Amino acid sequence: MSRVKKNSKFASVYMGILFFLMYLPIGVVIVFSFNESKLPVAFTGFSTVWYEKLFNNHAMMEALRNSLILGALSTFISAVIGTLGAVGLSKIRWRSKGAMEYISILPLMIPEIILGMVLMAFFYMMGLPFGMLTLLIGHTIFCVPYILMEVKARLAGMDPALEEAARDLGATPFRAFLDITLPLCMPAVLSGSLLAFAMSMDDVVISIFINGPKVSTLPIKVYTQIKTGVTPEINALCTIMLAVTLLILGLYSLVKRINQGEKTDEKQAH
Amino acid sequence: MKNKLIELKDLTKNFDDQQVLRGINLDIYENEFLTLLGPSGCGKTTTLRIIAGFDEPSSGQVLFNGIEISKVPPYKREINTVFQKYALFPYLNVADNIAFGLNLKKMDKSVIAQKVSRMLKMVGLEGFEKRDVTLLSGGQQQRVAIARALVNEPKVLLLDEPLGALDAKIRKQMQTELKKIQREVGITFIYVTHDQEEALSMSDAVVVMNNGEIQQIGSPTDIYNEPENRFVADFIGESNIIEGHMIKDFLVEFDGYTFECVDKGFPENEEIEVVLRPEDLDIVEPDKAQITGVVKNVTFKGVHYEIIVETESRTYMVHTTDYAEVGRKVGLSFGPEDIHVMWKMGAY
Amino acid sequence: MKQFKRLTTPYMLWAAAMIVVPLIMIVLYTFTEEGNSVLTFSFTLDNFTRFAEGTYVNVILKSFRLGLLTTGLCLLLGYPMAFFISRFSEKTQALLILLVTIPEWINMLLRTYAWMNLLSDNGIINQLLGLLGIDPVTMMYTDFSVVVGLVCNFMPFMIIPIHTSLSKMDKSLIEAAYDLGANKIQTFRKVIWKLSIPGVLNGIMMVFLLSVSTFVIPKLLGGGQYMLIGNLIETQFISVGDWNFGSAISMILAVIILVFMRLMKKMDPQED
Repeated sequence: MSRVKKNSKFASVYMGILFFLMYLPIGVVIVFSFNESKLPVAFTGFSTVWYEKLFNNHAMMEALRNSLILGALSTFISAVIGTLGAVGLSKIRWRSKGAMEYISILPLMIPEIILGMVLMAFFYMMGLPFGMLTLLIGHTIFCVPYILMEVKARLAGMDPALEEAARDLGATPFRAFLDITLPLCMPAVLSGSLLAFAMSMDDVVISIFINGPKVSTLPIKVYTQIKTGVTPEINALCTIMLAVTLLILGLYSLVKRINQGEKTDEKQAH
Repeated sequence: MKNKLIELKDLTKNFDDQQVLRGINLDIYENEFLTLLGPSGCGKTTTLRIIAGFDEPSSGQVLFNGIEISKVPPYKREINTVFQKYALFPYLNVADNIAFGLNLKKMDKSVIAQKVSRMLKMVGLEGFEKRDVTLLSGGQQQRVAIARALVNEPKVLLLDEPLGALDAKIRKQMQTELKKIQREVGITFIYVTHDQEEALSMSDAVVVMNNGEIQQIGSPTDIYNEPENRFVADFIGESNIIEGHMIKDFLVEFDGYTFECVDKGFPENEEIEVVLRPEDLDIVEPDKAQITGVVKNVTFKGVHYEIIVETESRTYMVHTTDYAEVGRKVGLSFGPEDIHVMWKMGAY
Repeated sequence: MKQFKRLTTPYMLWAAAMIVVPLIMIVLYTFTEEGNSVLTFSFTLDNFTRFAEGTYVNVILKSFRLGLLTTGLCLLLGYPMAFFISRFSEKTQALLILLVTIPEWINMLLRTYAWMNLLSDNGIINQLLGLLGIDPVTMMYTDFSVVVGLVCNFMPFMIIPIHTSLSKMDKSLIEAAYDLGANKIQTFRKVIWKLSIPGVLNGIMMVFLLSVSTFVIPKLLGGGQYMLIGNLIETQFISVGDWNFGSAISMILAVIILVFMRLMKKMDPQED
């Protein structure tokens, strides 16, 4: 029974304006990435010249490669650490559990700029050379919580009787974990990983502090280019990044939906 | 003697393409405890919400003291509601919850305090003024909700399954209490429930609803003893429902036998249905009754036995304090006043 | 259960080494002189006294003011949005909330850059104004452009928590208010607003935290000379190389945020 009150005309207009303002900049970027002229002023004609220029820009392509490698590696390491951490946190009953859980999401609570600064100072003191390695560690630090939180939520919604049943049927705790818990967590690991990957591909603030003079990621490259003003090549890059982001978002919601589908199945089975 | 307070005339209600009410006609009198009874989805809550003003009928009229009010917003009606899950404001304490309506009327603080404490006394929560409502038990929250509604001195109090969330023991206690409160304040209570026992024990009048239609209106005894159709008989209490036909006034035929009965006014040879309440049936020696059968199953129910007897044409359910072992051949005896003849469903 | 404790070990080590230790170190940094390594640190408050100089205090005040302005605008614009969304059917609500979140998924740089396109001196808005015969208005590299960028970037962080608290609100509370004689405005003031306060506070905290510590958006939309706390920290660390001073500023930023969060928690009626 839906009892939805109708929103007034004012409400629709208001929402329309706000959505327009939210999407206007994005629309502008997409349109002008196909513009012939260099100036983002008027649309003079359709052209893919900026895309060609972009793909021939070696520095940009290298930054893209760096970002992809960095994203993939930090996501993988985070997935291992985060999953184990979530499983561990769900099992322990120590008094320090609250503190542990707090620390586990701390990297998302601290303002990015402070985290970046802290890591820069820390790596310097440790004598680590700034470059791919420091970027990898830094990205892993803020990627872990995304996976950890997703897996933790999944574990919390899981019937503990499943694992107990496996143990009852003769599985060692370790086997029960491998055969029951881990497969059930897999969708959460996957959705968390997608989220983490997107965050890694997206990060500017922390990377700026720990990338060092020689290595650049794609967002850093974009940042340094647009600091000086508008270049249409960036329009093209942004459009591509937008497409990739939406793709990841689509994948993420698909994984989520499969997760939820399973959950309702479980419910119906009860 | 009794004054009509609310009249519902030909009410219908559609949600999207689903028809929830199909022409409700009902008169509600002053000082009456009226219960809308029916299974979930029968339209009883929708009827209540239309009276309260939360929903507008798709067609039909709601008259209050003879004045059409179906377009009047809820806050202008002299009607208050006790919600299913109480709907107490979590950020207000007990006294402020109860005073909510009075505060809106900009009443004097001292008058409010006085009224609130009188209400609290009536619902048995003296001294609870400053308590946090979220920390009260279900029964206590219920009392606060009743006080909050009654303090506005409405002409009608609507109660939407108010005891549904309480456990069995407190439920019983609250039933008596609600009845007491209703007598004390002397206003009309309209009560919605799906629990037939609750309806029968509390009400002056019961309205049985199903599928968006009223099935029967009457006093609890009428409804129980003289169900008008198969649905009512089935829904209220347990029954053996048997198809048969009316030979003439005071004579009915079913399962191949003719019986004297007390019903009249049906056309001759009309197809009807007969209700035999299980507790009206007695187990006797086979030669002392027309209908005979074999005991199939016996279950002890605390006070009585539930005995299932299989006869040639059907199985009967009997509630009796006598025991009969499984497999025994028995007769089923009942008197003319135990037979209730009803119109066949859909025949009127 | 022992086995599981062992499973947690890598995570514990990781958290300790990469989160806790660095945080402790940075606190030490704050109280040391330039060039000191932590191991031989000598206690000093110089970094804080230096901060008391006028220019830096002004930067803090400006950041604080801008943070508050952004938060206020987000609340003013976002609350009605969240409220309207919460009045649709559940399916439509999910769709509208998705529409609100999608921009958040797009790189912040991209969104900011898009505003540069729109606001620059010969950008689209000025071109449109030109068509109407209005002289170009300088919008880029002003407070205006920075605030527009901040508000547009952080709006979803205001809308979503408010919408969450509005949509999970027990609808019968609103009906109860009507029932007890409250008209629409009274019901909003006495019930809906009160019940949405936790969401509002959450939104305020998020937006304030983000906008007071930002440095990319002011740099891009405000230009190289635009100084907020975030930019100050960045310059101290990356260009100037005075890490001790940079750490001290970060500490001050952290304290501002913590005090603000405490204040917000205090205002939440449902906390105690």
